[in-house]
This record gives sequence, C-alpha cells and structure tokens, in this order.
Amino acid sequence: MNVEDLHKRLTSAMAGRYLSSKDVTGIDPLSRTDIELIMDCTRVFKLEFIPSGEKKLPLLQGRSIINFFFEPSTRTRTSFELAGKALGADTINISADSSSMNKKNETLNDTARTLNAMHADCITLRHSSAGTPMMIARMIKAAVINAGDGMHEHPTQALLDLYTIIEKRGRAEGLDVVIVGDILHSRVAGSLIRILRKFNANIRLAAPPTMLPAYVERFGVKTYHDFDEAIAGADVVYALRVQLERSAAAFIPTLREYSKRFCVNMARLRQAAEDAIVMHPGPINREVDLSSEVMESRQSVVEEQVTNGLAVRLALLSLLIRPREDLAKQTRLTGRG
Amino acid sequence: MLLISNSRVIDPKNRVDDRLSILVDKGRIVKISKRIKADGAERINANGLIACPGLIDMHVHMREPGREDKETIDTCSRAAAHGGFCTIVGMPNTSPVADNQTVISHVLARGKNALVNVHCTGCITKQSLGQELAELADLKGAGAIAFSDDGRPVRNPLTMRRALEYCKMLEMLIISHSEDLELADNGVMHEGWVSTMLGLRGKPEVAETVAISRDILLAESVGARIHITHVSCKNSLNLISAAKKRGVKVTADTCPHYFSLTDEAVIGYNQNAKVNPPLRSAEHVAAIKRGLASGVIDAIATDHAPHTALDKFVEFDNAESGMVGLETAVPLVMTNLVAARVINLRRAIELLTIGPARILGLDKLGYGSFSIGAPADITIIDPNKEGVVNPEEFESKGRNTPFAGMELRGWPVYTIVKGEVVMRDGRVV
Repeated sequence: MNVEDLHKRLTSAMAGRYLSSKDVTGIDPLSRTDIELIMDCTRVFKLEFIPSGEKKLPLLQGRSIINFFFEPSTRTRTSFELAGKALGADTINISADSSSMNKKNETLNDTARTLNAMHADCITLRHSSAGTPMMIARMIKAAVINAGDGMHEHPTQALLDLYTIIEKRGRAEGLDVVIVGDILHSRVAGSLIRILRKFNANIRLAAPPTMLPAYVERFGVKTYHDFDEAIAGADVVYALRVQLERSAAAFIPTLREYSKRFCVNMARLRQAAEDAIVMHPGPINREVDLSSEVMESRQSVVEEQVTNGLAVRLALLSLLIRPREDLAKQTRLTGRG
Repeated sequence: MLLISNSRVIDPKNRVDDRLSILVDKGRIVKISKRIKADGAERINANGLIACPGLIDMHVHMREPGREDKETIDTCSRAAAHGGFCTIVGMPNTSPVADNQTVISHVLARGKNALVNVHCTGCITKQSLGQELAELADLKGAGAIAFSDDGRPVRNPLTMRRALEYCKMLEMLIISHSEDLELADNGVMHEGWVSTMLGLRGKPEVAETVAISRDILLAESVGARIHITHVSCKNSLNLISAAKKRGVKVTADTCPHYFSLTDEAVIGYNQNAKVNPPLRSAEHVAAIKRGLASGVIDAIATDHAPHTALDKFVEFDNAESGMVGLETAVPLVMTNLVAARVINLRRAIELLTIGPARILGLDKLGYGSFSIGAPADITIIDPNKEGVVNPEEFESKGRNTPFAGMELRGWPVYTIVKGEVVMRDGRVV
C-alpha cells in the first residue's frame, strides 16, 4: 500500500461524505451519519493499512498535531501520537498539570489565541475539567479532538468500542450490553452510553448506587445493583476500571468487597450469552475489574480494542485534518513527493 | 424641591396603592397627596410610572477592600443606583475580611460618599474560618448591621450555636449561607440530570437542606433570630415554612436567578451561570416562586457578585461562582414574577423594600416605607419599559451575567437617594 492507494481507498470509503463538524468534542454532537463515516474509514485502516505492515504513509505530511494532555495518559496519548506519526504529521506532546491553564493567569481565550497562533491543524485535548475541549474548540481554527474531559466524555474510546462491537457481532442494534463499574466517574461510560443509544443497543448499567450518576436512567438505560442479574444473557460485557486515582475508595468499602459483587469472572461470564464478548478500556485492575481467567479467555477482545483505537484515531485524523477543498490538491502534492 | 407627580405610589408597609404625588424638600419627604402645588419645584412627571420606597438589596459583594479590580464601593453604588436600589448591604468576605472594626469603618467611610446608602455586615468568626468568634460587639459598635460568614459557611455546629447565643445578647442577626460543605463535595452545579449530562460534579439539594435544618434547630434551641440567605431549593422552603409555623425566628431571602433560570442555563459550560448555591432544576424554581407568593420568603436579594474575566473565563471547574445582579433585579422581578402573575406588584415591592428592612431592623430607621419627614429614598419604575440586558451598559465592573441579551419588561427609571436624583431615565447622574 502506498499513499495513493490509501487516499483512493479512503475516498471510496467516504463516498462523498464529510464530517458535519470540524471537531470531535463528544459523541453528542456527532450524527449517526458522522459515526458511520468514521466507522467506514476506520475499516480501511484496520483491514488494509495496519495489516499492510507499512508504518508510515505520509497522507498528512507537513501538517501538525498537538497532543495537549492536562492529565496523565499513556495509552490514549501514545495511540494519538502513533496515528499522527504514521500519517506523516508532526506531532508535539505537551503534558501539564491539569490546572496550569488557569494557574498561568490566562483565560481560555488567551489559551485559544496562543493555539491559533501556533497554526496547528489538530489539537487533541485531555483535561480534568469537563467541557474544556468544547470551549477551546469554539474559539480556535484547528480541529479539536476530545481525548477525555473530566467525568464527561471520551469520544474516541466510544468510537473504537463501537467499531469493536460491530466487528465482533456484526451490529450494535438490539444487542444487550452490560456496563459494570464506576459509572459515576467514567467518561468512557459517558461516551459509550451515548454512542450505543444512538445505535439502539439495550444498555444495562451495573454498579453500587454510590457509583451511579443522578438520573442516569434518562439516557435510556436500565440500572442494576445486582451484577449477576444484569449480566444474564448479555451480548457484550463491558467492565470499567475502578478508578482508584479518583478516590473510588470513598464510594465502596474495599476493593475486595467490590470485586466479590462486581468483578467479571468466569462464573458470571457463563451467565452471559454464549458468544458474549468482554471489553475493558484499560488499564485493567486484575481480579477487581476482570479476573485473569476472563482476560485470557477467547471471549476477551481487550487487545483488539487497542488496535482498533489506533485505527479509529488514524481515521479521525484523516477526516478532520483534510478539509474537503484541500483533498485533491494535497494528494497531488504528496504524490509528487 | 422635587415633585413626583401623578405616579402610582405603592408603599406596602402603609398599605398604600394609589395615584399620588410626592413632594421632596431638603432631602426629605414633605408631602404625599392627590394634588400638590409646588411652584418652582423640579418636576418628574410620573404618569404611568410606579413610585415606591427606595429598594434595598441586603446581599451584595462590593469587593472593596481587596478586590477593587472586580468592584469598588463607588462602582457598586453606581450599579445599585442604575438598578433602582437606594440601599445596599455589603457582605464581609472582602480582603481582608470584615472581622475587625477597621474594615467596617473603612467600608462605611467610603460608603458615606457613595451614590446610595451603604451598609455592611461583619464576619461571624475570625477570618471567616469558622473557629473562633469575631469581636461581634465591637463590630456592632463600628456599624455592622448583621453578621455572616457568607461563602464560607460555619462548619462547626458548636461554633454556630455560640455565635447565635452571643448575637441574641447583642440583638444582632446572623445571616446564614447554609451549605453543608461535606455534602456539597466541591460540586460546581446542581446535582441532577443536567450535571450528569455535562459530566460536572453536582451539589445535591440536601447539601442546602441539611445545613438549613441545622441552623434552624440551633437558632430555635437558643431562641435567637436567624436569616437564611439565597434559598434555592424546594425542601428548604418546607423547612423554613415549618419552622416559622412553630414560632422559630427565621427569615429567608432568595435571588432573581433562582426564580428566573434553571440548571439548563449551564448547558454549553456557561461560566456565567455558575453560582453558589447553584441554579436548580425546574421543580425547585417552581417551589421558589410559590415561596415568594406564600410569604415563606421575606425578601429578594441579588447576591451581586462581580468577577473579572480572568476569574470567570477559565475551565468551568475553576471559574469563580457568582453573577452580578443589581442592574437586572428589577426587570427580572417585573418580568418573571409580576408580568408572569406569580405575585402582584405590591408583593414584589414588599420583597424589595419593607421585607429586607424588617429583617435587618432598618425599618426602625425609616427604610423600606414612606413617611413624612423621613429621608426621601424613592425608586421609580416604568412597568412598560422594554429593554435588552446589555452588560456593556452596566455601571458595575462585573460583566458576568447569564441574562445578557434577554428581553425584559419593567425597568427602573429614577433612583432618588435622600432627595437627590442619582439615576434619571435609566442613566446614572
């Protein structure tokens, strides 16, 4: 595969469609059509680019991506960085303490002005304060991808999860998906619930009441405190990380007691549908979120999720950084090189 | 001499609601009657306008001393005059806080030259830390008219109990910002469906009601008075109503934003809608309106809280709480309460005049009603004037309002303080 091939395959996958927004700040602002477009482009990267063994196709040569991480991250940041580099873009990582935007006596306006002046093409932004990527996106020219904001959304995770579910089960519609764990603090759940509702999956949330947000049923989900009841017959079992770093300790007595009631182990998994898949956004607390046995079982698709994460981010960068009018021109340029 | 002719004079305390003229001379009201002849007097033709006792805002943050970048006593007074208020009462959370006579004396001295009447409150505890009582008797002596640790509620119930006992001796009022900080758990908005949607930490209703229960029970047990400020929740009203029925000396106020906006105003991470207590959901807003109508709530205060752009236009979690209120209160009351038929005009004016005056004991000094010979503090409202809220026209240094762009009907057109016209036709003189 070369750049020309990739461009052709992407163009054919896009079939004349474009994202309705310059940003991906959450699942909420994306239409179903947007998500289907992202899925179709992801498929090109997953099935053709990644297996081709090519590590670099300079589709985005000369473009720049800033990964702004105001909260610790290894997986998501690495995934974005790999995706950017694989497409030939210059990627810059900035990690900072979460509140330093504020501590520097800057308003968000000032930050946005600085980002605009850098003329980056895309900013991926992770921030501990919900809403910050949306606020920044409104004020800057570059595309903004929300790489996780507080307890709100983590849209690229949900996109890769949807891709994985469709890849494994053919569809999301009508599937029974059980999400177990700390729903309250989980932006992964925030985005996953939204995307699965858009695709008409049936969602069951299993958690102690201290880990469920207020009025969460209004998303159109069912809540359970008894995980054994929730998992019965489920097609997808999605375990969240108990976020010790977000002081989960105040919400449950002990991890030991939590794991007894909510850990996905083989005995519980047997109550799910026979071909149920087990998912987790990582990093996994073994024997708390998932038992080792479940992790190693053929039903676990956790590693596939990581690969799909790369594919989704490759697709998003190609879709967001290449505005429609530039598409043809840019291919000619890169083709010449 | 100043003659306000043919206005609809509403004076709730004296049960007056009639077409009357008011004559002012040497800063005092000299006559109120049907027809007044006053040759040579300056004349305000108030036909079609409402003249009422000067409005009182019992809860403002003047920011001086310490945060003059946000507001000064001068700009706050101008904002008050612009908004139709003749009297403002400053909260003590300045920098330094008003836990000593010096700050009180400073504020009152600066207030003497201000456009409107400036009063202030002192801290309940030293540095508002909630541990040791401030020198309450001395603060009273210096001119504080009530005590509050607004914004930093007294955490320790024993400290609160002692403060109430001590204030009972002094015949002084404690104004309580009732919030249980443990239950509030650093929430940044109302806990509900909207906070869940936005992924923001919520403050539940119970963080307010647990604190109000505590404060009512403490006041009841020592027989002291207590005032609960900026009430925002349904169950808070139930608690206050029940306490009043059994004879507890409790009063309460709410703010225009609690009957004008719901937590949906935060959608889009609008920092201007971040306030403490937070904007609540629709059922609470409906309850606040019922409380205003039923008499459970005794006053409307603004909790005027000016901030700079740097305090506000940062990440939602890091944005300061509070909104300016002095220059939007009257049209919000007129539009959302009077025109919406939640309460009548007489009741609305009561909540802004004699209501707060009685709570603070200012009625004994003639505030909140008209009487012959008393200083002429008069607010004139045009009930039909329409306007759009434009923060650029504010006299306050704060531009932080969630009401910008809102079309409202019923604006103040004259503010007269001690016989001086300080605001005319919507412009501060």
